[in-house]
Amino acid sequence: MSEQTFTTVGTRPIRHDGVDKVTGRANYGADISLPRMLHGVVLRSPHAHARILSIDTTRARSMPGVKAVVTGRDIPLVQAKLAMGEAALDLRDMGDNLLAHDKALYHGHAVAAVAATSLDVADQAARQIVVTYEVLRPVLSIEQATARNAPILHEGLKTIGRPTIETKGPTNIAGKLELKLGDVERGFTEADVVIEREFRTPTVHQGYIEPHACVAQTGEDGRATVWTTTQGPFVVRDACAGILGMDAARIKVIPTEIGGGFGGKIPVYLEPLAIVLSRKAQRPVKLVMSREDDFRASGPTSATVIRMKLGAKRDGTLTAASTSLWYEAGAYKGSPFGAGAMCVLACYRIPNFFIESYDVVVNKPKVAAYRAPGSPMAAFAIESVMDELAETLAVDPIAIRLKNAVVEGDRAPYGPSYGPIGLKQVLVAAAAHPHWKAPLADSQGRGVACGFWFNAGMSSSATVTLNADGSASLVTGNPDIGGTRVAQAMMVAEELGIEVDRVRPCVGDTDSAGFTDVTGGSRVCYATGAAVIQAARDVKDQLRARAAKIWDVQPDAVGWNNGCALPPGAAADRQPLSLTELAPQMAKTGGPIVGRAAVNLPMAGPGFAIHICDLEVDRGTGKSKVVRYTALQDVGRAVHPGFVEGQMQGGAAQGIGWALNEEYIFDENGVMENAGFLDYRMPVTSDLPMIDTVIVEVANPLHPYGVRGVGEVPIVPPLAAVANAMHAVTGVRFTRLPLSPPRVLEGLVAAG
Amino acid sequence: MSRIHVHTAINGEPAEFLCDGHQTLLGALRDELGLTGTKEGCATGDCGACSVIVDGRLVPACLVLAAEAEGREIGTIEGVATDDALHPLQKQFLEHAALQCGVCTPGFIVAARALLEANPNATEEEIRLGLAGNLCRCTGYDKIVRAVMDAAVEMRNAVR
Amino acid sequence: MSTIRYEAPTTLDQAVRLFSANPNASLLAGGTDLLVQFRAGLTQPSTFIDLKRIPDLTGITLDGSGLRLGAAVPAWDICRHQDVKRLWPGFVDAVGLIGSAQIQGRATVGGNLCNASPAADTIAALIVDRGQCVIVGPDGERTVTVEEFCAGPGLTVLRPGELLVAVRLPRPAPRTADAYLRLIPRSEMDIAVAGAAVSLTLDARGVCSAARVAIAAVAPKALLVAAAAEALVGSSVDEQALDRAAAASSSAARPIDDKRGTAAYRRTVAGVLTRRAATIAAARAKDR
Repeated sequence: MSEQTFTTVGTRPIRHDGVDKVTGRANYGADISLPRMLHGVVLRSPHAHARILSIDTTRARSMPGVKAVVTGRDIPLVQAKLAMGEAALDLRDMGDNLLAHDKALYHGHAVAAVAATSLDVADQAARQIVVTYEVLRPVLSIEQATARNAPILHEGLKTIGRPTIETKGPTNIAGKLELKLGDVERGFTEADVVIEREFRTPTVHQGYIEPHACVAQTGEDGRATVWTTTQGPFVVRDACAGILGMDAARIKVIPTEIGGGFGGKIPVYLEPLAIVLSRKAQRPVKLVMSREDDFRASGPTSATVIRMKLGAKRDGTLTAASTSLWYEAGAYKGSPFGAGAMCVLACYRIPNFFIESYDVVVNKPKVAAYRAPGSPMAAFAIESVMDELAETLAVDPIAIRLKNAVVEGDRAPYGPSYGPIGLKQVLVAAAAHPHWKAPLADSQGRGVACGFWFNAGMSSSATVTLNADGSASLVTGNPDIGGTRVAQAMMVAEELGIEVDRVRPCVGDTDSAGFTDVTGGSRVCYATGAAVIQAARDVKDQLRARAAKIWDVQPDAVGWNNGCALPPGAAADRQPLSLTELAPQMAKTGGPIVGRAAVNLPMAGPGFAIHICDLEVDRGTGKSKVVRYTALQDVGRAVHPGFVEGQMQGGAAQGIGWALNEEYIFDENGVMENAGFLDYRMPVTSDLPMIDTVIVEVANPLHPYGVRGVGEVPIVPPLAAVANAMHAVTGVRFTRLPLSPPRVLEGLVAAG
Repeated sequence: MSRIHVHTAINGEPAEFLCDGHQTLLGALRDELGLTGTKEGCATGDCGACSVIVDGRLVPACLVLAAEAEGREIGTIEGVATDDALHPLQKQFLEHAALQCGVCTPGFIVAARALLEANPNATEEEIRLGLAGNLCRCTGYDKIVRAVMDAAVEMRNAVR
Repeated sequence: MSTIRYEAPTTLDQAVRLFSANPNASLLAGGTDLLVQFRAGLTQPSTFIDLKRIPDLTGITLDGSGLRLGAAVPAWDICRHQDVKRLWPGFVDAVGLIGSAQIQGRATVGGNLCNASPAADTIAALIVDRGQCVIVGPDGERTVTVEEFCAGPGLTVLRPGELLVAVRLPRPAPRTADAYLRLIPRSEMDIAVAGAAVSLTLDARGVCSAARVAIAAVAPKALLVAAAAEALVGSSVDEQALDRAAAASSSAARPIDDKRGTAAYRRTVAGVLTRRAATIAAARAKDR
């Protein structure tokens, strides 16, 4: 498959939605306005843990300009789950997160919502809502949540485990997963070196620049239309339908352009509220989160505590691994503890291992997916210990990884055997890259780390319509967060043999697109791409059938090449018929030509990466800066290399922020102290150098072009790459993130 | 409740709107004038998504009161392209794939244009320091900086 | 809230009268602190009095005696003023550090002083440059030193009805130069975790004949550290003198733990920055 030649795939056309985006014309969630629209405000709990005793909305409801007020009473909880690939969204939890019912479970938990004629009026009205709380002691860490006599968040919570676990009695541990192989104890005795460390990572946020926003309009018949910034219009529709007890057919979700998601715009936080407010007020309602609310009340990712013990022989061969991973889920079960457990050892061949992973609820916002959820923290642990092993054994850090790297046919820690994968290839590319050998100044150090992510498949639909003038329209259901529209259009152009400019890619809504799983999971170019290609091939098949009709031959006898239907071999008197010749004849030859496809694909075949990071450290202040960075990754096939590079660079930047400065700072009452971009410190332009990228292509056999997916792996290696670079320059092994200047200086001073 | 009647100029055209005393210029642009190209990312002046020009100075519209626009010249993203052509910055952003979700792009383009007009020979470092008030979460800034550097070349050549 | 008024007086007299008539008004220059606080519900003014249309507050005048900087001049304008940059490079560095390019289009030295944040970037520099605050109120005009102007976090010596109108800096003596450094975790955009300002005068032999050292963000207000200055005076700004100055700054610091840094960290860094700022100031002074 790597010998495939392409005309369009691999080039860098301008994205079709680009002009609208560079001129400010493109509409994002908060840009939508409708006539008579009301503005909504959400009232949020001032306590991290409290029983809600009463809510009195009388004064609010009677204020002039207030048209609707909702509380948890208006949205009864349902027992239902929404399938999402192999995971499921618990709609009961989501409904309770949307509006607290019995308890407020984190500071910022929504308690009521108001729709009024202006934001100011809605805000004033919200302040008039009287809520009485019985304040409870919050739990704000793994240690607090699992201590004896810890306050319990959910009375009925049981630990659900694989293998089966029973817990009786109250607990904050919602889940446990164990994976094992071989005999870990024996494996450690076979090792010449054993290293064990404990790592801690903080709560961090996806940091999308556009906060959550939606507008809902409910008609007198109860049918609702929702415009929203989301990674998954079908998730929004089905979650709203489930939570509100409506048929999916009574809700239409129109995804606006989306200003970043990274997993954080998969859950619903506002849409059901907006629908109910709109239903009560009989007017459209707009709900927009402030930046502060977004930090406090959307879905950051888990803080973790991870213990990692690795044993290796003198030559660097790993003999055993034992690891415990504790993930904070926030207020409701469902951290990425399972994915983390599956990822943590996935890069290496380890004959004996024991992995246990825990899902722990705490009084913080419910975590949502954040780009390779669970994997970056796990990689921080293992890639730091691998670095320490390499140093202890005096083995080159890339060489030790090469020695243990998984290849096709090896079994993944979570069961299946790997198909074609590119870990060895990226490692070899890294060792050969000029960055690896470049000289370093005294104040600089270099670190490397690997990363792994599954790359999802799941369901996608696609429709390709041929126009009489030979251009084509494409409809899929994936919001375009990073250039997928143009990549999909390139696939249609490739298949049909037309210019990519002559394809019009459209992000459909839930009425016009067939069911499609989220934009996320690194799946769009793979799974939706496969559907797009299939739909385009369907168009080609129909064109061949039309040509067959014109030539009066069997459709099977008609070939296709270079945008033309080819007559059967013996017919010297027939010229090939191009798409542009066939298209105008559609009506005459049988009617419109619409190609369709609907797929449900298995996981793509994992992506592997290695990153090289050079860090400069000011020993006087502990301040550090990344001065050179290279990301090497196997993406299967880069359809649009510019956007593939962009994914690698963007993920690396997020990981660097996670490593150096980002963290939720909570006070002892569970209130986030830095809920803004001033003190939640994401990298700015001057914090980063150019980020070099190397695209490796080991084709994924499950996609016609070999696409594997690229989006999530890039955030996995940076945490350890930066920490290993910090170790290289300071000699100090930091096991706690972020490596903010005070922490680094403290470490330097302690080391003497 | 009496509102303030503001007379101003936006992208070279006279404009007027009604606003409250505490309303921001960002709110007036988006909600009173329908100019939604300028975005709200944080409302505290920390993200640059609301970058506009007021009387020749780059400012965050979320920290300017709407009433301050009286008699002043406001420049927004909607005025960057001319009638028939994209600005070199807009073209280079597209060529370089320097936008992924695109929500920070209007702010970057307004800020980068101000930067290059003040410093046509800006180095990479000056560009990075000058644009540090514009957050992007998608790109890691690499392609943005390259696009700005190439636009600078194009703008310098056009001047000759 | 819907009745918050906005006024834009065009003379100082008008502004003083408006402010006296509306004691609950907020004075608006750049708004980069005020509007953030307003949005956070920390202040509920009856009126915004916009000072930016008053010539007395928006001019930069440089003459034989020194600089008169209007309180409402945006940072952007100050940083582009070549003569001010030449005479007070440290002060201009400090002004240029107040946030991003966008914030620079709005933020003012007057606002920085009146907000009186312990971490304010310009105050320590103004102190070492012997800055004076020109205040006008219903009872007329008065002048206080910048050092005296700030009383504590968010507190100034402004009396009811008084406005800060301008800041004056006396022309530096020959072979005098200033420097300001601050520590932030990123490369830009953050509030100072610690800051240090130094002004030095060197004699013909390169020996320090006068010095002023102030530290920021490590006490309720910027602190003039006499002991650090004494460590430098009479020295050739050598390593030992710098060590002593750094130690004096660390000693004088009275920092707190907060979300931006620990007290211990701030104490250490106040010393590191003092040493580095003194080194820069000395190099600049030599070149004059």
